[in-house]
Amino acid sequence: MLRYLSRRMIVMGLSLLAASALIFSVTELVPGDPASFMLGTGAQPETLAALRQQMGLDQPLPLRYAAWAGAILQGDFGTSFTYRTPVAGMILERLQVSLPLAVMALALAVAVALPVGLYAAARRGRAGDGLVMAATQLGIALPNFWFAMLLVLVFAVKLRWLPAGGFPGWSDPAAALGSLILPSLALALPQAAILARVLRSALVETQGQDYIRTARAKGLTTGQTLRRHALRNALIPVLTILGMQFSFLLAGAIIIENVFYLPGLGRMIFQAITQRDLIVVQSAVLVLVAAVIAVTFLVDLAYAAVDPRLRRA
Amino acid sequence: MRIGLILGGALAGLALASAALSAFWTPHDVSQLAIAQKLLPPSAAHWFGTDHLGRDILSMAMLGARTSLAVALVAVGIGMGLGVPLGLLAAARRGTWADEAVMRGNDLVFAFPSLVIAILITAVFGPSAVNAIVAIGIFNIPVFARVTRGAALPIWTLDYIRAARVAGKGAALISLQHVLPNVASLLIVQATIQFSLGILAEAGLSYVGLGAQPPVPSWGRMLAEAQTMAVLAPHVAVIPGLCIVLTVLGLNLLGDGLRDASDPRLRVLR
Amino acid sequence: MIRLEDLSVAINGRPILRDVSLDLAPGNVTGLVGESGSGKSMTALAIMGLLPQGARASGRAMLDGQNLLEQPEAALCRIRGRRIGMIFQEPMTALNPLMTIGDQVAEVLRLHQGLDRRSALARARERLDRVGLPGSRFPLTLYPHELSGGQRQRVAIALAIALRPDLLVADEPTTALDVTTQARILDLLKGLVRDEGMALLLITHDLAVMAGMADRVAVMQSGRIVESGTTESVFRQRRHPYTQQLFAASRHVPARAPRPATVPLVQVTQAVRAYRTADGGLRALDGVSLTIGRGESVGLVGESGCGKSTLARVILGLDPLQGGGIRLDGREVTAQGHMPRDLRARMQVVFQDPFGSFDPRWRVDRLLAEPFHLTGRPGDWRDRVAAALTEVGLQPADARKFIHEFSGGQRQRLAIARALIIRPALIVLDEAVSALDVRVRAQVLDLLARLRADHGLSYLFISHDLSVVRGISDRIVVMQAGRIVEEGPPEALVGTPRHEHTKALVAAMPRIPEEWT
Repeated sequence: MLRYLSRRMIVMGLSLLAASALIFSVTELVPGDPASFMLGTGAQPETLAALRQQMGLDQPLPLRYAAWAGAILQGDFGTSFTYRTPVAGMILERLQVSLPLAVMALALAVAVALPVGLYAAARRGRAGDGLVMAATQLGIALPNFWFAMLLVLVFAVKLRWLPAGGFPGWSDPAAALGSLILPSLALALPQAAILARVLRSALVETQGQDYIRTARAKGLTTGQTLRRHALRNALIPVLTILGMQFSFLLAGAIIIENVFYLPGLGRMIFQAITQRDLIVVQSAVLVLVAAVIAVTFLVDLAYAAVDPRLRRA
Repeated sequence: MRIGLILGGALAGLALASAALSAFWTPHDVSQLAIAQKLLPPSAAHWFGTDHLGRDILSMAMLGARTSLAVALVAVGIGMGLGVPLGLLAAARRGTWADEAVMRGNDLVFAFPSLVIAILITAVFGPSAVNAIVAIGIFNIPVFARVTRGAALPIWTLDYIRAARVAGKGAALISLQHVLPNVASLLIVQATIQFSLGILAEAGLSYVGLGAQPPVPSWGRMLAEAQTMAVLAPHVAVIPGLCIVLTVLGLNLLGDGLRDASDPRLRVLR
Repeated sequence: MIRLEDLSVAINGRPILRDVSLDLAPGNVTGLVGESGSGKSMTALAIMGLLPQGARASGRAMLDGQNLLEQPEAALCRIRGRRIGMIFQEPMTALNPLMTIGDQVAEVLRLHQGLDRRSALARARERLDRVGLPGSRFPLTLYPHELSGGQRQRVAIALAIALRPDLLVADEPTTALDVTTQARILDLLKGLVRDEGMALLLITHDLAVMAGMADRVAVMQSGRIVESGTTESVFRQRRHPYTQQLFAASRHVPARAPRPATVPLVQVTQAVRAYRTADGGLRALDGVSLTIGRGESVGLVGESGCGKSTLARVILGLDPLQGGGIRLDGREVTAQGHMPRDLRARMQVVFQDPFGSFDPRWRVDRLLAEPFHLTGRPGDWRDRVAAALTEVGLQPADARKFIHEFSGGQRQRLAIARALIIRPALIVLDEAVSALDVRVRAQVLDLLARLRADHGLSYLFISHDLSVVRGISDRIVVMQAGRIVEEGPPEALVGTPRHEHTKALVAAMPRIPEEWT
């Protein structure tokens, strides 16, 4: 168990290192550097050189990366060019919208997919299965932002049940949650459709295994074998997909925030791109990628919890 | 699921045909703006109505199909062109440092959703339709590498591979002659899935301004422009979305149908 | 007492079983013997009510005056596991990998007797002790992957007999096990029948296993019971021609060519091959030395994991050695890549699995011609393929077919033709007849003997089955834990084994009593 854990942690550390190096070097490709950007086009060469030295921009690339990464480890993401405020604070503030949105969507997707997948697998080959699978087929084809627009048209504009957009802040938790309902719904349903299909096919596959036949020979009904034996074994492929879905959900959240005018990480990134505020883009992307890597690690932990064969390795 | 295969083929074929047709002819010229005719509901002259600049939505949708399909197709090409050889290599050298390198590289790219790659590229080089292609294409590489490796690994344990080795064949020749043909049907199915995911991703990227730029029409940008009009004229927001849904649905049905037709036990990565 | 009367089963209209009648009496072992596809397993599944979808059963399967075939599913669920238990062929996959063995045995008790977890586990402990898994070495908290195949089969037996059922159905319960493990599992089953007074329906393809186990035996062919009676009378009288054929095939010994003068062809000296595993490494080959003479047929016997397949792979130059050396015709054999093609062309191989041995997307002519990669494809290669096909008893026209158009026995003939096509000096036969039915096996063994006489081939014949190796080898080599422990001519080795392990192998070999033949 410890061996497995430490291996996964080393892999996570290396991934973070490689990802951050990649992000850092890509943003280094941009013509011009922060110093010239800060001083504008009419700056004196001497002042520019002095500022460069002061900011450490005359150092070689690996050293600059080390300094950047070191600062980030201490919570210092640098200062935004446009807002002149620490990027760390901006990201933290925006995460208060984006993170609850992604988590709500993930929870919703699982809550919908689990019963649907179980139902379809139990009814395999019958009408109920066909109907549910056709619905999921449609769900997969839905672009989440378009689905979001339709939800706004129906539930906000026509029925006026929920706000069409904006975010009131967490000082009013009920209103804040209310404004996240439609966005998380728009994000969750297409993902739930995928998850339900994966769960169904994993269940169907495990039902063909020898140990299911053993369970039937013990006197378990088909429903009991499905719940007691097949579900847990089917969870392993489902976990893999769940981990990958988190990265899709994060990316989706960035787009969905635009539909609902939510002040999350996504909106911040797009504003930063138009303002060419590179340090904000760089930091936000790093946070997103780190979140995906961390979730991959959590999925590895979950594998070990489900599968005793991994615990021993 | 014969019906699925036929329906899927028909929908995907329709999207492909309208994209091809738009290269030569569209019902109306969309480079001419006619503000007087803006936001018209569907009629005989404009089957799908007009947008906020008076352009014919059917013509725009046909041109948008071309952008979407082209972007997704090239992205699948990039993913297959690089991912399949990498996957074959990893399977042939399973358990060695080469396999490990490919798999860890895969994991690393998987941590960068195509949207994030597009954000990075756009931040550095500015927005363009090429960004979408590159971003989706890069994300496709580990998908194909992983699927190819996963399908190739069990083949490598089969006795006919050992017989080929006893016949003096090396890993490259065996990969080409025995492994690739036996994973090909799976790759075709995966390609249709990545194709449909690519269309969804392109729409999303164009919607937030990281993909196709004006004046290139695209379903995603049509939706972005329609967003503020949606209350006044719902058809502006509904038609491009339906185009996406039907095309993606068609491709998915086609992929499932092909899988069932070749081997129902093929393992596809979603 | 369970009684089958005129049981017939059809799947999607195609008849699988026809008028099968059997009495399964308490304290009795009833054997069901026949080749693959004869309907043995389907009979078992029909009794359990676990027939595949689309199957329709007619006739009667009577238990306590009730016809099982007419019981609703809910009633069958109460009978399965409580009145009738079943164990299957493949112990490696028969247990849920995510559940402890204690919970898997306890599940039966909780299900049928409504016991709470604690008392169910206590009873499970008792049952596991009974099947030879004592608590000191096999705590309830073990998972299946921590057990060997034989131990897993014991767990499967424990959960099948947990509620002392009236009938235990065992479908090829020892086919996937080593011969010494098989003997112990068969002993356990015998003891259970004796102590608990249950009926055992034992399904097997192995006449020798049947002879040692069953009180009564029924011979099945194409869904029908063609002959039945007490084991001794069926074995002695063999009234039905099919029984006679099975009997003849199972003790068939191919005509063996006189042993030629031995000029060494293959010389293995002090071969060492170690695998790196998670828990410290394992020596698959631990200083193995072996000589195969020109024209000699050497049998290599050992239980799974003893290193015999590893030895085959290093001789073929597929795996590298960490120590020692291998010479073929006096030239050095090394792992893949560095070996000269003309040297590699001196050896070919035939594998066990007739289904995995051929690329399903290639036609037979291309498959058979693959070894020409070593020698360069001659201009008359199509004639050579046709000749090879004729030589193994197939038609030249078969060259344009795909592999799925052939039966298991025909595929093994094709594999031999492929090995033969470049006229090698040595053919390695890795469990080459183990997956075949007895009658087909006898034919393939005859073919191998004839080819060897015609072409002066050397064989390295690898098998877990001493009785098969005995008939075809000039000399037998026994391996255990990466070492060769004994070698000698077949008669001497089987008649008067010297090493402990050989003695155990010989003792565990199931056999039909001499006086019955």
